[in-house]
Formats: sequence, structure tokens, C-alpha cells
Amino acid sequence: MAANPMTQFEVYRIGPEIKIGAFDISFTNASLFMVVSSLAILVIFNLGAKKNSMLPGKIQLLAELSYTFISKMISDTAGSKAKPYFAFIFSLFMFVLFCNMFGMIPYTFTVTSHIIVTFVLAAFIFIGVTIIGFIKHGFGYLKLFVPSGVPIVLLPLIVVIEIISYLSRPISLSVRLFANMMAGHTMMKVFGGFVISLGIVGGWLPLTFSVALTGLEILVAFLQAYVFAILTCIYLNDALNLHH
Amino acid sequence: MIRKYFFQLIFLYLFFSKEVFAAESGGMPQLDPEFWVSQIFWLTLVFGTLYIVLSKLILPKISANLELRKSQIQENIEAADKQRKDSELKLKEYDDIILKSKLESKNLFNEAREKTLKNINIKRDTLEKQIDEEIKKAETEIDQLRKGAPEKINRIAIETSSEILKNLIGTEINNSSISAIVNDLYKKNGGKYYGN
Repeated sequence: MAANPMTQFEVYRIGPEIKIGAFDISFTNASLFMVVSSLAILVIFNLGAKKNSMLPGKIQLLAELSYTFISKMISDTAGSKAKPYFAFIFSLFMFVLFCNMFGMIPYTFTVTSHIIVTFVLAAFIFIGVTIIGFIKHGFGYLKLFVPSGVPIVLLPLIVVIEIISYLSRPISLSVRLFANMMAGHTMMKVFGGFVISLGIVGGWLPLTFSVALTGLEILVAFLQAYVFAILTCIYLNDALNLHH
Repeated sequence: MIRKYFFQLIFLYLFFSKEVFAAESGGMPQLDPEFWVSQIFWLTLVFGTLYIVLSKLILPKISANLELRKSQIQENIEAADKQRKDSELKLKEYDDIILKSKLESKNLFNEAREKTLKNINIKRDTLEKQIDEEIKKAETEIDQLRKGAPEKINRIAIETSSEILKNLIGTEINNSSISAIVNDLYKKNGGKYYGN
């Protein structure tokens, strides 16, 4: 058993080394858990969508509740114009949620605890939202950086701040998820290590903490997926309905 | 707070287990770019597949299921509403019928009562007429009797007095003289006894 709490985040190759040009795209444990999470999502929702009865079964109810939950979240934050992006936000939420939740199983790998994964997702959202904004509003989208009702004197400062805050969106979005997942898992590992090192005499306290932390981390896993999805909705809302 | 404890704990943990520093050569594995390209590639592939399958195959089905259920429930609600309205209409009809029949029965009762009252009145009138007639008849009879009574009495008085005189004197006395006396007395005192 690894003593270092960070070894759980190590990526290693599974199977042969695959290279395209200079790039190493080998199948790793991270890829494995992406595939596992996606497969789990597809299996659950396929079962939930398969048969339609007036009184839905458990899996069907789960699928339909998730559907209405996310659809309500999108319409609440981004309005009816965001309907075409429902499938993307649904997949995003489910992917992040399932990756987080699979990470909660001991000896598994948490895909979302890697900055590169969350950053790619966040950067994709950022670029996509920016493109949507420019398509919908043309150069009028730049008005996003000029809030209405601001004194002219303050305007240069405000615009700079707005631009910085806009550009830091992908970073904040990705770092939030990555840091939460990493911190949580490291903390659990540390407490687990305490249980071992303090032994049968003093190990009970960190064990209790560990149990409590597991509950907390499951909550965080859900919450971070929700936050990730809802922030995407908010960014999308900015692009679709220009308020300023 | 939790963050603070977390960092303290990590620090303590690392402080107490010295060998960890040896093992931790690269710091956070997340910042090691060795598998970045692989992760990006697999993320794109897996997430793209997930998105396509969900958006093209699974989500439309769930949406259709939800819509179907919604419309079915709506239909059922409408049917229930219709039936409720129908039953309300029926109830109203029933109430109307009851009200009508009540009115009818009241009318019938009133008519019957009037009829019987009329009959009774007619009968009473005829009876009263008959009674009046009878009374009149009786009164005329009584009048006649009364009118005839003084003469009769006078006659009886004349006869009895003649009889008495005959018995007293033994001779027959002329009736006319007695009757003259009686008539004279009657004329004097008649009003006192007969009241006419």
C-alpha cells in the first residue's frame, strides 16, 4: 500500500504503448475510468429509456428524474434559448458526476482529480460559449464587458476587470473541480494513513473521521458536478441572453 | 476551516513519515505532463461518444416517454373533467325533475283542495237553501197555527162555557151571546196572551 497520499493520482499505462506521431495516447487507468463512467451512464440511462410504463420503475424513475432535474436547472438559469444545449449539459453533468462517484470507490482512479481533464472540459465550454456569443450577437457580444449604469470615469477599470474575470472563467471552473476532488481524496488518504499508523489503540478517531469524510466527499462529488453544470449554464446564459 | 485542517494534517503527516519525501519525487502527479496528451485524447473520444449516444439515442427516448406520460395524464384529466361535467349535468337534470314534480304535486294538491272546497260550498249552499226553505215552511205553518189559535181557543172557550152553563143552569143558552162575550173579552185582553 502506498504511503504517499498523492500516489492515488498517478497515471499509469494499461496495455501497450500507443503513439501517434510524437504523441503518446496509450490507454491508461484514467482512460479506463472515463470509459467505465461513460459505460455506466449509458447502461443506466439506456435501461431507463427502454420501456415506457405509466408507472416508471426504479431505473426509469432515476433517468426521468435526472432528465427533469437538469432540464429544470437549464431553463431556470439560461432560459428557453438554451434548449439545444441540453444534451451537452446533461452529458457533462453526468460525466463529471459519475467520474466523481467512481472515484469514491476505494482503489479507483478519480478522473476529475486531474487538472488537465477538467481544464480541457472548461476550455471547451469557454471556447464554445464565446463562439456562441459571437454568433448570436456579433460584435455586440463585447458589450458583455461594459456593464450598464457604470460611471464613465470607472469604465476603463471595470472593462479591464470584466475582461480578466471572463478570461479566468475556464481556469476557475477547472481548478474548482480539480482542487475539490484532489483535496478530498488526499484528505481521505491521509486519514486512512492515520488509521494504519496509530493502530488499534488510537486509530478509531481517524477511522470515524474517515467515515464522516466519505459522506462529505460523496456530497462534494455531487455538488461539484452540479456546480460545474450550473456554471456552464450561467456562462451559456451570458452568451444567449445578453443583459448589459 | 476544513481547508486549514487539511493542510495542517498533510504537513503533519509528511513531517512524521520521512520516507514519504523520498517517494515523492515529482510532487503532484497531476502536473506531470507525461500522459496529458493521452488524457486529452481519451477524454475527447469518450466524452464525444457519450455525448453523441446520449443526445441521439437515449435522451430523445426519455423525452418522448415523458411527453407521452404527460399527454396521457392530460388526456385522463380531461376525460375525468368531462365525466365530472356530465355527472353534474345529470345531477342538475335530476334536480330539475324533482323540482318539477314537486311543483306538479303541489298544483295537483291545490287543485284537488279547491275542487273539494267548491263541492263542499255548493253542497252547503244547497243544504242551507233547503234548510231555509224548511224553516220558512215551518214558520208559515207556525204562523198559520198561531193565527188560527185564538179562534180555536175562542171556540173552545165558547164551547166549554156553554157546557159549563148547561150543567150549571140546566138549560141551553144561545151560543151567540156567549161568543159575543168571549169575543168581547178577547178583544179586551187578547194582546196580553198572544203577543201579536
